[in-house]
Amino acid sequence: MSIAKIKMLGVHELVEVAVNPETNTLALDGNDYHANDIKLDIPVTGTIFGTLLNYKGALESLGEAVNEKPHNAPPIAPILYIKPANTFNSYGGAIPMPEEISELEVGAALGIVIGKRATCVSEEEALDYVAGYTVVNDVSVPHESVYRPAVQHKSRDGFCPVGPWIVDREAVANPDNLAVRVFINDELRQENNTENLIRPVAKLLADVTDYMTLSAGDVLLIGVPENAPVVKVGDNIRVEIENVGSLENKVVLEKKLLQEAIK
Amino acid sequence: MKKARVAYGGSIHEATEWEGNLKLDDGRIVKEDEVTWLTPVEPRTVFALGLNYADHAAELAFAPPTEPLVFLKGPNTFIGHNAETRRPGDVTYMHYECELAVIIGKTARNVKKEDALDYVKGYSTANDYAIRDYLENYYRPNLRVKNRDTCTVMGPWFVDAKYIEDPMNLKLTTHVNGKLVQEGTTADMIFGVGELIEYLSSFMTLSENDIILTGTPKGSVDTAVGDVVVTEVEGVGRLVNTIIGDEVFSNR
Repeated sequence: MSIAKIKMLGVHELVEVAVNPETNTLALDGNDYHANDIKLDIPVTGTIFGTLLNYKGALESLGEAVNEKPHNAPPIAPILYIKPANTFNSYGGAIPMPEEISELEVGAALGIVIGKRATCVSEEEALDYVAGYTVVNDVSVPHESVYRPAVQHKSRDGFCPVGPWIVDREAVANPDNLAVRVFINDELRQENNTENLIRPVAKLLADVTDYMTLSAGDVLLIGVPENAPVVKVGDNIRVEIENVGSLENKVVLEKKLLQEAIK
Repeated sequence: MKKARVAYGGSIHEATEWEGNLKLDDGRIVKEDEVTWLTPVEPRTVFALGLNYADHAAELAFAPPTEPLVFLKGPNTFIGHNAETRRPGDVTYMHYECELAVIIGKTARNVKKEDALDYVKGYSTANDYAIRDYLENYYRPNLRVKNRDTCTVMGPWFVDAKYIEDPMNLKLTTHVNGKLVQEGTTADMIFGVGELIEYLSSFMTLSENDIILTGTPKGSVDTAVGDVVVTEVEGVGRLVNTIIGDEVFSNR
């Protein structure tokens, strides 16, 4: 069992619980519950920053294009983006499929949850600034080009489910060696490992905080692996990260989501 | 009426302009140079526009965009009026950008441009610094260029929308050390305030205190440590900022 913090709907503060990331269960008041049996809310409140092309395979998939127009050279610094507040979504929350779109990409990301204000931290001390880890599904409208910021592809309502909890930093012996798996309707569709990062967790934190302060409660996503699975309306997505937990969400037509909310 | 958020006497206050001074929310009248100016609203999601003035796009050798070039900013980058912005020791080209900041007043989704101004609660002045040395061609302009600590200045005032008759006809100027270096008008935006709200709300929900920094006209010039940069939007506010160097920072 690991120690984690959960945010339950209707409960104002985070609650500390013992969790089993392998079974996705937690112990509460002497009983064991599956994450599916608890009304979970998003466990973070800060700004969520994403990192583009931080898996070696993701950068390699661009091939020679990195040396051609419009890129002209491979990236030097971390490439970041923001998942704004309207994208925040909870465990089990519906991911809205916009009306004019038929497919979405799943972005399986380890989220580094910041524990204290981090400015200009060194690689050696970077992990001291981490409160814990969570699972994030960085949903995107598929887009080929990475030349211009992808706000309209990545910032739609509900496009950033986070959960089921934040496991304490101590629960993860080595964040740079965690299996990442995506299941669509219980079928394994993607498998990778955080050992394949261009910038491992501590290096990424050092490079980012060199110019940008991260505050307690902010989340830095380490990036998403290459070959993102594509999902359609009705699909159930499960993003599994070893030692952290599994995040489940379903894709629902945006229009239907609104109708269902009306009692 | 112009409103501000300031720190005074160890706490944060709302303040209004009062005969050249500031009237705090507790009734005290204080001088403008006695307070620490904060951003006039606490930003939620912040959008910024690249290449939204044709003359600026031409200046940077880009064709004007056919769709708004939007990027996002995080809370770390913001500072208020009369504050200081760091110029890293290794850069060769860091420039100011005088911009009209549009502050959203209520939830907006699928809003038509004709109705868009109903969703604006007010305006402010912004200075959206860029460091060209750090430009790379991935999600350009990226956060290392555009979301650095201290590099987005906003204020001094929040001006209620009802006092700005036409946001699309406001003069923008920047002075560096008293010399005029940038001059333009919001009339020259490629995508105006209404079109930007229509565009953004067509694919996502906007909420109160979301902010749109609407881009800058031509006139980008390198700045040096010690420069006093004043960006001004007519009728909205005159925003003062000073460039500081790495020698002020013990960790640089």
